[in-house]
Amino acid sequence: MEQVYKRTKGIRDDMVSGFCPGCMHGTVFKLIGEVLEELDILEKTVTVQGVGCCGLAMEYVTYDCTTSPHGRACAVATGVKRTNPDRLVYTYQGDGDLASIGLAETMSAANRGENFTVIFVNNGIYGMTGGQMAPTTLIGMKATTAPAGRDPKVHGYPMHMCEILNQLTAPCYLERTSCNTPANVRKTKKAIKKAFQNQLDGKGFSMVEIVTSCPTNWGLDPMASLDFLEEKMLKEFPLGVIRDKSREEEAV
Amino acid sequence: MARKFMKGCEAIAEAAVRSGCRFFAGYPITPQNEIPEYFARRLPEVGGVFVQGESEVASINMVYGAAQTGTRAMTSSSSCGISLKSEGISFCASARIPMVYCNVQRGGPGIGAIQPAQQDYFQATRASGNGGFRMLVFAPATVQEAVDMTYEAFDYAQRDRNPVLILADGVLGTIMEPVELPPMRPEEEVKALKEALSDWTLTGHRAEEKALILPGGWAGQEDRCRRNANMYETWGKDVQVEEYETEDAEVILTAYGICGRIARSAVRLLRKEGMKAGLIRPKTVSPYPYESFDRLNYGKVKAILSVEMSIPAQMVQDVELAVKDRCRIRTCLRSGGEIMSREDVLKAARELV
Repeated sequence: MEQVYKRTKGIRDDMVSGFCPGCMHGTVFKLIGEVLEELDILEKTVTVQGVGCCGLAMEYVTYDCTTSPHGRACAVATGVKRTNPDRLVYTYQGDGDLASIGLAETMSAANRGENFTVIFVNNGIYGMTGGQMAPTTLIGMKATTAPAGRDPKVHGYPMHMCEILNQLTAPCYLERTSCNTPANVRKTKKAIKKAFQNQLDGKGFSMVEIVTSCPTNWGLDPMASLDFLEEKMLKEFPLGVIRDKSREEEAV
Repeated sequence: MARKFMKGCEAIAEAAVRSGCRFFAGYPITPQNEIPEYFARRLPEVGGVFVQGESEVASINMVYGAAQTGTRAMTSSSSCGISLKSEGISFCASARIPMVYCNVQRGGPGIGAIQPAQQDYFQATRASGNGGFRMLVFAPATVQEAVDMTYEAFDYAQRDRNPVLILADGVLGTIMEPVELPPMRPEEEVKALKEALSDWTLTGHRAEEKALILPGGWAGQEDRCRRNANMYETWGKDVQVEEYETEDAEVILTAYGICGRIARSAVRLLRKEGMKAGLIRPKTVSPYPYESFDRLNYGKVKAILSVEMSIPAQMVQDVELAVKDRCRIRTCLRSGGEIMSREDVLKAARELV
């Protein structure tokens, strides 16, 4: 019989995931593992984990892994990649890590056109610390540090990191995807593969922003979270390719 | 070997390159700008990488990353800039990442003053970041010592898989002196040093040999702290100190770094005046040479003078720990950009007796 699906070798098969029910981190790590396997570079990969729920994955992945101080993943990855240019290096960061405490490191690495990949998982809330307001929290969305909901007069507006980085000249590829439907999961995998391939081709900075859910801290069950994601999150964070210089270069 | 006339900051950078340093990230701050500037010119010549970080915070984290590939890596800054690096230094100490950094001290606290000072003693020896870790801290008093200590610092860092600090100051960073540079490590040796670490560095591994760098974790942190503490206990052998004219001394001056050099000169003059003065100059301030103070003859020593470019005095607390009430301890202090003079030291020493 033809085998059409198997577990990726990019994730250990002797551990049980600690992610909450309905969390999409597991899906994203699975996709990353599948892409690394397809590119046959598992043994040449280094991931730099941000601080937050994503840190749970440091034990799960089967390739080299380090943990950065909160927000510093892009700086740590700069050091790793510059001294290890023939290895594939990717950071994995949440919205608090990448867009709040790590904003300077993210912007500067993108602006230098560092030849590594950023996987940015945006669920609009701080997960591990328990539901505090993130730079990507939606207007009106409740958080433990914005109990009446995000008020733009006090808290400002959600930050759109792909669009912000699109103001810079250096980045190669910026795409926003989601994992809320099988079709979007497939698109996310395609985007990750493209971002990694860009790095292997030496094309510079790529970021895939993946809009995901956080049922635990949204206070919704996993199914209701999918509806919220579709109806609210994707309205604020529209999916699609924001920048693709690799395609431009091919066209020339 | 040929002697060269070099500025302290540049000599430190050249010594690092000769020791095999192939990555430097830093951010501008006076009075240490010549270190990153020198690396920016020099590292490309030897196939190394220089990055001007967007901040001190980013720079130390770039070093944290680069060192995790086994590359000899360094950063430098001054005082308030070192404070910004403290998060990354603590991560290096926790994850046991070898790296070297240099603090060309200026005035403090806060933005302090851009002129030389020694206001960061506690930060250097007690709490260079959160978590109560320790480091080897070298305190050069001449450009030659800065060169020799920087060259060796990378070996100590690699031996212990721990950060090593070169605690300089604005005088040492900016003066020019003749130095003998250590030999340039051949490129094959630099490569071999990197490869020797590949079992734990982020160089790509099969799943069963995966490198996992943990600056902490869900479990096992107490064990990690104990392992670190056990290593710190082995550092007694690494104490470096200059004991000068201490045998028959009735008055002991003690100072590190640039003040140590000024105090040494004061001791010579005091001897000419007939005062039996001596000097204990810690060359490592962590570990501290407590035993040097045990070797003194307290039947003769009437007083000890801690000479520091810090107000309030800081190293004097280590002197008190070492002396254990066996004689009087006084201080001679300048700070805020006011350089210690030999006259200051002579005056304070004469007042002791």
